[in-house]
Amino acid sequence: MADYHWPPTDKCSLIGRRISRLDGAWKSSGRIKYSYDVNRPNMLHAKMVFSPYAHAKVVSIDTSAAEKMPGVKAIEIITEPGKEVFWAGHEVAAVAAETEEQARDAARRIQVRYEKLPHLVSDVEPAKAGEHTKQLAEQTDGSPDQALQQAEVTSEGEYGVPVITHCCLEAHGQVAEWDGDNLTLYASTQNVSGIPGEIARAKPPIADSADKVRVLSPVMGGGFGSKFGADTWGLACARLAKKTGHPVKLMLERDQELMAAGARPSMYAKVKVGAKKDGTLVGWQSESWGTGGPDAQGGAPNLPYVVRIPDRRVRHTTVLTNIGPSRAWRAPNHPQMCLITMSALDDLAAKLGMDPVELLQRNIEMTGQLAKTYSAELEKAAELMEWKKKWHPRGERTSGSIKKGLGVSIHTWGGAGHPSNCNCVIQPDGSVSASLGSQDLGTGTRTVIGIVTAETMGLPLEAVKVNIGDSKYPADGASGGSTTVGGVSSSTRRAATAALNQLFEKVAPSLDAKPDDLEAVDGQIRVKDNPSKAISWKQACAKLGTTPITGVGQRQRGNDDLLSSGVGGAQMAEVSVDTETGIVQVDKLVAVQDCGLIIDLKTAESQVYGACIMGITYSLFEHKIMDEQTGHCLNADLEFYKLAGIGDFGEIVVHMMTGPEYDQRGVIGLGEPPVISPGAAISNAVANAIGARVPTLPLTPDKVLGVLEKGAVA
Amino acid sequence: MERFEYAHPTTQREAIGLLGSNWNDAAVLAGGTDLISLMKEYVVSPKRIVNIKNVEGLNGIHSNAEGVTLGSLVTMDELVENETIRAEFPALTQAAEGITSPQIRAMGTVGGELCQRPRCWYFRNGYGLLAKDENGKSLVPEGENRYHAILGNSGPAYFVNPSSLAPALIALGAKLQLTGPKGQREVSASEFFVIPKSDNERENVLKPNEMLTHIVIPASSRGFRSATYEVRHKTALDWPLAAAAIAVKMEGGRVREGRVVLGHVAPIPWQAREAAKELEGKSITDGTAVTVGEAAVRGAKPLSQNAYKVRLATVAVKRALLAAAKGEA
Repeated sequence: MADYHWPPTDKCSLIGRRISRLDGAWKSSGRIKYSYDVNRPNMLHAKMVFSPYAHAKVVSIDTSAAEKMPGVKAIEIITEPGKEVFWAGHEVAAVAAETEEQARDAARRIQVRYEKLPHLVSDVEPAKAGEHTKQLAEQTDGSPDQALQQAEVTSEGEYGVPVITHCCLEAHGQVAEWDGDNLTLYASTQNVSGIPGEIARAKPPIADSADKVRVLSPVMGGGFGSKFGADTWGLACARLAKKTGHPVKLMLERDQELMAAGARPSMYAKVKVGAKKDGTLVGWQSESWGTGGPDAQGGAPNLPYVVRIPDRRVRHTTVLTNIGPSRAWRAPNHPQMCLITMSALDDLAAKLGMDPVELLQRNIEMTGQLAKTYSAELEKAAELMEWKKKWHPRGERTSGSIKKGLGVSIHTWGGAGHPSNCNCVIQPDGSVSASLGSQDLGTGTRTVIGIVTAETMGLPLEAVKVNIGDSKYPADGASGGSTTVGGVSSSTRRAATAALNQLFEKVAPSLDAKPDDLEAVDGQIRVKDNPSKAISWKQACAKLGTTPITGVGQRQRGNDDLLSSGVGGAQMAEVSVDTETGIVQVDKLVAVQDCGLIIDLKTAESQVYGACIMGITYSLFEHKIMDEQTGHCLNADLEFYKLAGIGDFGEIVVHMMTGPEYDQRGVIGLGEPPVISPGAAISNAVANAIGARVPTLPLTPDKVLGVLEKGAVA
Repeated sequence: MERFEYAHPTTQREAIGLLGSNWNDAAVLAGGTDLISLMKEYVVSPKRIVNIKNVEGLNGIHSNAEGVTLGSLVTMDELVENETIRAEFPALTQAAEGITSPQIRAMGTVGGELCQRPRCWYFRNGYGLLAKDENGKSLVPEGENRYHAILGNSGPAYFVNPSSLAPALIALGAKLQLTGPKGQREVSASEFFVIPKSDNERENVLKPNEMLTHIVIPASSRGFRSATYEVRHKTALDWPLAAAAIAVKMEGGRVREGRVVLGHVAPIPWQAREAAKELEGKSITDGTAVTVGEAAVRGAKPLSQNAYKVRLATVAVKRALLAAAKGEA
């Protein structure tokens, strides 16, 4: 029977190598179509109507003027009169017209009367938030008061990260098309297999059943955790298409994308942390708060992050605001917890007069199971950064207005593969395909599936066709939480092995061998101990006659030898701070990352590069700016919602931890971990450069100058 | 955007005839990099668009004994690539180089750059040029004002003038030629911009039926050294937080005449006359540059969130002045 394990990487021709993504050329040449690019015959365009108020009751909706507008075909009410809206940008209605421009104009003619209600959009601490607070949790381990009292050195500080958005470059949206009672959705989604069920559950009903809904998403332009659901605009789009009998395209506008399609919750904390003189951490206390919009979702942050100081007290309060809905943002809660913890430890190290890398190494056992990994990663990162040569105590003493500094941070993530199903088919003509109802968010999922299939069959990558991004394929998990690569690698390996074993059964007699004695290598099926007894792949498949083989592979929850979870990761930043302007330039960011067995080293490294760029962006620029007076987001655009450009990040050095001890852990997800540490590493580097902490991200000139004016540089 | 009538005249006379007596009657379209966005966002909805791209006589950069004349349709790229301007008036080339979007440099015109509307986010989000709430109260003083004015901000206008070229042109003593139904008039660049006092006023002296046709930098400015320095948070595709353009005429190692103009700090390009005076008779050293920078922001009244811009403006002046003295960027 099939035994499921990975071949040793030194025996692999594909796994662990640097392989370019299969869809790279399709994407860069525009040949593959994103949801935004889909245009169907006789298609209508729909636009959303959003609440202009942060909190209001919808009194009435008058669509008569809009209905008379040129080209208008149908209007769909999303929030009925009498219901409340809870943020500026809350969905109220949608209108379909012949052209996008007509739909946009008509959306403005839908007259909605609101009764304004009080709102809170400021990111304030609980004491100033009045009744808009909800204490989520308090957790005490050991005796933190005693520990902090007995600590030889303590450090106190306040740290935080504001609300930011996902800012997907392809906005949320889809094209909906009906054929009889069958619905096809060309959706930009992280959840191809899950959307049909959601559509089928909609009230009032849209489709008769989930199997009448097909979701297509061959490629998508960014989700980062904000594209799991069909969303109100998805349901409205399907309804408008049904009402009008035409395909309908509804993609959010840029301002709508930033206002309504998800935000990452803020998190702030007042921290006290204590240590012995030798740096041994003894106690932690934190009062944290944050807002994720009108709901208090998720639990309390598990502070301190990664470094588990045994005696601790953590208290967390959520502030309920009208800033728009929170959605999972690449490594939910982790970048925030990381910034708070690693800043506090860095400040403590400064007080101890200690190199912060040494402080982490001194306490490395507190990181638990991954202690050895962290230690090795810190060493590697220090080598790549030339940390020992460049590091100086806080406050660069050289003259000149540019001050340089170094910062460090470590992080963790789970990343166990999600449930996944794969059908692997071998055709009599020798062609091979792997089909999964998964999706490629841009991470390289398609390529990884191809590599696993081809490696298993002993074929070149080009010989395998990968079918994903279509809900007609075997159901797969949503791509969130770095769960995809583990899930699809496991199910694909199983399916490919199962298919191959069936082929071995067919071929064995002609090679005068048992099926178990066969192996597939270099485009041949051959006898393991006697490689000269071989038959080419094509000849082998020809023996199938007219019936293809299907191998079925399933990754279920629970233990799986092909994958595991739990990664570390260390990052170091080098910055230059212009102390006259407060402008921070990241000169170099070193990212050292483990993720078990790496299927494709190139796409893995790409993930880390991308995460570093995203991390530099939220460290220096990103902030969803809300105006308390109007309740509006003022920078719902790409002009003042600033994203780093190519000139804004310096050298990025990525090092993946590889070798037998990593390979034996099996495949582990990588999407989230490398985006966690940049904020803390960069903030710590700025503190090292100018001699004092800029308490919150982003590290903007006003804040940096504010700290400098208090006399930061010695 | 709202429906509009589209006209594409070929002569200045025809173009002027198509403009209206109210701002909402018609708008001049050149590169369109600002106007089209404003229309798409429903911030302005003119009834008629007058495309002047085919109007004769508005193109080209011409240099002669009188000075240098730029047609209002000269693009940012043409300006950046012009060697005469780079050699004689580096402050202007540097200001244009600060417009880091290749698309905007390719499409955007110098006339449009001077006439573009403020980037104030209250204005762009539909709260009007003077950013008022429904009771007529300004949203800026108690609102999100980190990018707003620190000078000339006694109200009701708190936005900053968005032009990158204007400070350099003012420092270089440029004149702007405006054409209307009664013919041409000339105003100095320093008098072109005004601070509106009511919602009916605009940010410059143009009347609804006038258009900017030419920019003339006088020959007398050829003897000045000049430089522009912008403080931008991002290296590219970002508005300056503060900018300064400097022009200095040197004599025997000392400044005989100096001009200091700040950008992005006031509703108009801000002429720092005290700072200019401070320069006279001095040799340019680090010390002078700091003193002049501080003089340039004297009288600044920062709002609740933008005190840091005062510092940035002094730094921009200091760095522009030192660059001008060296004769480099």
